[in-house]
Amino acid sequence: MSISIKDVLKKYTMVLALIVILIFFHIMTGGKMLLPQNINNLISQNAYVFVLAAGMLLCILTGGNIDLACGSVVCFVGGIGAVMMDKDISWVLAVLVMLIGGILVGAWQGFWIAYVKVPPFIATLAGMYAFRGLSNVVLQGYAVGIDDTVFLNVFGGGADCYIPDFFGGGSINMTCVLAGVLIVVIYAAMVFKKRMDAKKAGYSVGPLSADLVRTVVIAAAVIWFFFKLAQYKGIPTSLIWIGVVLLAYAYITSNTTMGRYLYAVGGNEKATNLSGIDSRKVYFFAYVNMGLMSGLGGILTVSRATQAQPTFGQGYEMDAIAACFIGGASAYGGEGNVFGIVIGALLMGVINMGMSIMGVEANYQKVVKGIVVLLAIVFDVLSNKKKK
Amino acid sequence: MAKELLKMDHITKTFPGVKALDNVNLSVEEGEIHALVGENGAGKSTLMNVLSGIYPYGTYEGDIIYNGEVCKFQKIKDSEEKGIVIIHQELALVPQMSIGENMFLGNERGKKNAINWNETYGEADKYLKMVGLSESSRVLIKDIGTGKQQLVEIAKALAKHAKLLILDEPTSSLNETDSRALLDLMLEFKKQGMTMIIISHKLNEVVYVADKITVIRDGSTVETLDCHTMEINEDRIIRGMVGRELTNRFPKREAVEKGDINMEVKDWTVYHPLYTERKVVDGVNLNVRKGEVVGIYGLMGAGRTELAMSIFGKSYGSGITGTLKINGKEMDLKNPRAAIDAKLAYVTEDRKGNGLVLTNTIKVNTSLANMEGVSEKGIIDSDKEYQVAVEYKNKLETKTPTVEQNVGNLSGGNQQKVLLAKWMFTDPDILILDEPTRGIDVGAKYEIYCIINDLVKAGKSVIMISSELPEVLGMSDRIYIMNEGKFVGELDASEASQELIMSSILQSGRGE
Repeated sequence: MSISIKDVLKKYTMVLALIVILIFFHIMTGGKMLLPQNINNLISQNAYVFVLAAGMLLCILTGGNIDLACGSVVCFVGGIGAVMMDKDISWVLAVLVMLIGGILVGAWQGFWIAYVKVPPFIATLAGMYAFRGLSNVVLQGYAVGIDDTVFLNVFGGGADCYIPDFFGGGSINMTCVLAGVLIVVIYAAMVFKKRMDAKKAGYSVGPLSADLVRTVVIAAAVIWFFFKLAQYKGIPTSLIWIGVVLLAYAYITSNTTMGRYLYAVGGNEKATNLSGIDSRKVYFFAYVNMGLMSGLGGILTVSRATQAQPTFGQGYEMDAIAACFIGGASAYGGEGNVFGIVIGALLMGVINMGMSIMGVEANYQKVVKGIVVLLAIVFDVLSNKKKK
Repeated sequence: MAKELLKMDHITKTFPGVKALDNVNLSVEEGEIHALVGENGAGKSTLMNVLSGIYPYGTYEGDIIYNGEVCKFQKIKDSEEKGIVIIHQELALVPQMSIGENMFLGNERGKKNAINWNETYGEADKYLKMVGLSESSRVLIKDIGTGKQQLVEIAKALAKHAKLLILDEPTSSLNETDSRALLDLMLEFKKQGMTMIIISHKLNEVVYVADKITVIRDGSTVETLDCHTMEINEDRIIRGMVGRELTNRFPKREAVEKGDINMEVKDWTVYHPLYTERKVVDGVNLNVRKGEVVGIYGLMGAGRTELAMSIFGKSYGSGITGTLKINGKEMDLKNPRAAIDAKLAYVTEDRKGNGLVLTNTIKVNTSLANMEGVSEKGIIDSDKEYQVAVEYKNKLETKTPTVEQNVGNLSGGNQQKVLLAKWMFTDPDILILDEPTRGIDVGAKYEIYCIINDLVKAGKSVIMISSELPEVLGMSDRIYIMNEGKFVGELDASEASQELIMSSILQSGRGE
């Protein structure tokens, strides 16, 4: 098996696009783009995108199905939590209620979609209106502040939303640097263990150079990223949540039978049913799961803002959908992965931030975002066409 | 000698990495029916795509000389203007539109932007009459059968003033009667001076209609046979297609000891899932023993697939009644999962539609129906999964460099093997094979037959549904004959013959 440069370029087009865009903004903003503080904000501002996109990915895998309601659900669930904490109910209970609330909303929508066969677009459009309305009811039209500091610290809100430096503060946060190094070591160990195992079992393995190059590139990116974070205040708490969610979903999509069913239903529902798999359960799972992620998204959102407002979460669903499609998920289902949505979410985040720093007017920012989404899909369609 | 209407001269077409056509020559005389035969992937369709302008001039080498002039088609419209019309294997009709709308789609009658409906339907009716259809052109496509849809396609071609009609596997989805009618229609058109090229796998049909036969193998022309000067039979054509003598189209099966009755179905009646008052399967009784191949022969629409799918976990139909016994025990299989657990497997006739996930790899498809076999508590053991896929790939001799290949990239024969692998991995006792060799070439068919023989040798029961008589006769130990939802005959292989089978179908039709 040889790997040509062309194949690599094709596989990692969006990664390259991300790098090019980063460099572009780096130059256009006179170096401000890559300042430690901005890298840090890139993560904490977009935490909800990563989380919602992970949930959205599963829905999209089942056949390009989307959830338009998740923005409203974020607001609804976040509102419930804020009101509870405002009434001095324990934050633990509030978090549980928010997560379970998300799951229930997901089950509600999943029921209509999976068992009554309401098209997901319609079912979730209905949810989008209904839960927006309910958010207003819950918050009674007002903003509700959150002052539970434990809650805020755990979910990355307020001013001190960072993992404390256990090694005493210098200008460099050592905990953060060490975390980066640890991740790299674990990653490299996993890559090579997998390689050794495969060799031992007698499977063919790719060229060593390819694994090496990939590991080195990823290691460099991770170290650079954590070094940047260390230069500011260290690891934002929300990054932990993002990391947990992304790892969990990468595992679910690639290593579990349920993950496999999601791809299979999106690829060919009839064949999947005839293989003894109940596709209704698969749809239901995807939407329940989307609900859970909306719940977590709600927690992160109200925590970051240290309050809940009836307008929160507007357009979040679109950001999540865009991240999935930019990240290479197929609009027909059956294709897409977690690595892709990370790139997709980062790409959108970088463009947002870069333009804000450059002082591009908000309305034009939207125009640019729209064009980027379109270009990403056009590119995908064209390159698929050539494959045939 | 008649005038040469079309000459494709030294056509070479390369795709990145593959030479699909290598110096192909084809010469078609005016007023003849010219058959193009070859195994799957031999390049027949590519050649026709070159001819019709789907691959525009410049993307291939060589010349197309039509009516004495060199043609440089840029798009399909160009070739259609010259009267070259191709009818593809997959029908290109919009089900929700009427026959007339379909016939003039993209070619509407009337003024620039306003459609003249009277003219549309008037003309459509005229062309429908030419192909022998009595339906009104206002009937919706979805309301007529596949056989008639195929005729509509031909009428549509006629409406484009076709002089050279190309039919790509026109009978692949038709039953015997409709096929025969279509072939006779072709002969009728020939009398009126139409020139036709037919691509077909069904060699008996080719022998029936063709004046000349061009054989293509691996992208090159092997030979052109003239049916009027030579004695042509199917074996002669097959020899050209596969490059060797195929002495036996069906592998010999070692005598297998027939065991006990493995599955028994009694009084099985199934109604249509939407039109719930319509009986699709009517009081069928069936049994199969261990180590036995039971053939179910019937024409398209006889209810064979419906019968199989309703047995397989009620995946088709409504109001199913009757008893199903497996190993003597009465079972109620509510869904495919229950059927799989009862050691039943249904290998669908529609590989692409409800058999395989084309966007996934061979590995993923192989394990899909038995994920428990490669996972523990919902976590997939990817090493084991890979091993299983490789094991079946080797066992069934699937031709692919790796099991990480997407199934969509495989040929029909190899896809069929992956589908068989998937079901063999569920370790079934009873396999229902629905048209196991549809659309695959002679060589691959032989291999599938060998696999069936191996299965029964291992004590499995096989129910083989087929609409190819030679296949049913060549492979079955016992044959059920199905017509209009009923079993109308049961024959032992030793006493069965084509005539007997056809006559029992005809008699049952008359009895109604």
